[in-house]
Amino acid sequence: MTVYLPIAELSVNIFIILGMGAAVGFLSGMFGVGGGFLITPLLIFYNIPPVVAVATGANQVVASSISGAITHFRRGTIDIKLGTVLLCGGLAGATVGIWIFALLRRIGQLDLVISLAYVLLLGTVGSLMLWESINALRRAAKNETVTLKRPGHHNWVHRLPLKMRFKKSKIYLSVIPIAVLGFCIGILTSVMGVGGGFIMVPAMIYLLRIPTNVVVGTSLFQIIFVSAYTVIVQASANYTVDIVLAFVLMIAGVIGAQYGVRVGQRLRGEQLRALLALLVLAVGIRLAIELVIPPKEVYSIVSAGLGF
Amino acid sequence: MRTYLALLFSGLLFAAPLAARAEPIDFTEKLDIGISTDEIAITSDFRGADLTIFGAIDGADPGLLAQGKYNIVVALEGPKENTTVRKKERVFGIWINTNSMTFEKVPESYSLSSTRDIETIAPPGDMNNMGIGVDHMPLTPIGFIGDGSNLTEFRDAFRRLRETTGIYQRDPGGVQFISSSLFKASLRLPADVPNGSHIVRAYLFRDGLFVAAKALELRVVKTGLEQAITTAAHQQPFLYGLVAVLLAVVTGWLASIVFRRD
Repeated sequence: MTVYLPIAELSVNIFIILGMGAAVGFLSGMFGVGGGFLITPLLIFYNIPPVVAVATGANQVVASSISGAITHFRRGTIDIKLGTVLLCGGLAGATVGIWIFALLRRIGQLDLVISLAYVLLLGTVGSLMLWESINALRRAAKNETVTLKRPGHHNWVHRLPLKMRFKKSKIYLSVIPIAVLGFCIGILTSVMGVGGGFIMVPAMIYLLRIPTNVVVGTSLFQIIFVSAYTVIVQASANYTVDIVLAFVLMIAGVIGAQYGVRVGQRLRGEQLRALLALLVLAVGIRLAIELVIPPKEVYSIVSAGLGF
Repeated sequence: MRTYLALLFSGLLFAAPLAARAEPIDFTEKLDIGISTDEIAITSDFRGADLTIFGAIDGADPGLLAQGKYNIVVALEGPKENTTVRKKERVFGIWINTNSMTFEKVPESYSLSSTRDIETIAPPGDMNNMGIGVDHMPLTPIGFIGDGSNLTEFRDAFRRLRETTGIYQRDPGGVQFISSSLFKASLRLPADVPNGSHIVRAYLFRDGLFVAAKALELRVVKTGLEQAITTAAHQQPFLYGLVAVLLAVVTGWLASIVFRRD
């Protein structure tokens, strides 16, 4: 059964799109990530124009983050104040990102930068997470107690000015690193169509030493607003949000996520992190290979419309 | 009498300079074509469409008809846009776009149907002059192209890419005579056919000479919901974005209620 995407201006098989949405939803539910870093490359792989894939991916991220954030809100694991500081940085970053996006599209290097950014980010984050989770698994095997550095252990981040008290997270921290982190994630959201949870969560835990229990909920809180903002700006500036594609992805995504959550609950934290790390690395390596091996076709066509 | 006239005309034509051949001189033959619809609607389950064009040769010479000396070419040209071809090269081990060339106003889609392979219908020079066929359509570069030495490779790449994706296609047996002077041409519109104004062009050749041409407009339009969505996205982009976000919020929220387990 085919469905015509009015903005992407092509017909697609609805079951393939549903399958993609469900698979990515499953993984995002399992690992507690938005899944934008998976959906955007998948859509591009399925011939959706990259400009549409990025903008529509952000729309799908809104839906999956909302349902996750509501759960965290009920459990009281969102630090609204911390989230708001992140968000301020995020909105500024997203604005800059949209501008970068338009510039890259004009000079014809958007696909290269998106691929390079993915390879770099996924490679780094994937390796770090894998390293950390393998160590944790080995410690668990030897029955050692896991000694994550407690908040209160200070590094250079904690010597910055403009400190603020975040009651829910029980930390006293400068707003500068938080806003900067939000800013960087905001750029990624608008350039790459990702929520950025897979970078934000480790950065908050390891760099800012924010307690793990509020990290996921708070990052989801910020992701909702930054993605929503990106969708509106992309729609206004580039007309590239395909609401039909987004809706099909969302429906499949939220259902897939529920099953993912159930599977995820049966696995231990470090096992989950190791699997997520492998997934992140696999996507990164796949994109890296594409950049390095000689392409089958060195030419590409760009028409004035949606291509780039 | 008619044969005599025709002979006279073809004699005149041979005498005329090559460039003038593309211009129809007052032949006795006239070409008429018709399509059942002047509008193709893209619906939500659009999977491409088949278009049949009927036509008749008026005032054809029965003798030449019987010998199969008449050939017909029907082309469906999509809306024209400036189109850029980019080329990747290896730089520091990775493949990046380095060169590009932009061609002026080339059709976004092109479908060609003919009584036989167009290369055997008329000399390539004539086809180039009239721009009939993927290999003969004018590809004029705009902007700075250096010494132009890579013009051929970019043109070839353009034609190859457009044909492999199926947006440009040719069917050398797509035009068939259904009676002595009536013919029908089948054209295929791919699923990703661009919206906008397309032009059906029919050309009549007699024994390798261009005789007559006729053009008709065909509009490809989105309908119903698809049209409404496109209009909204372009006319009210901010509101459209807001609705897209709202849709996501409602979907996410409903999911968290439906699947609530605590």
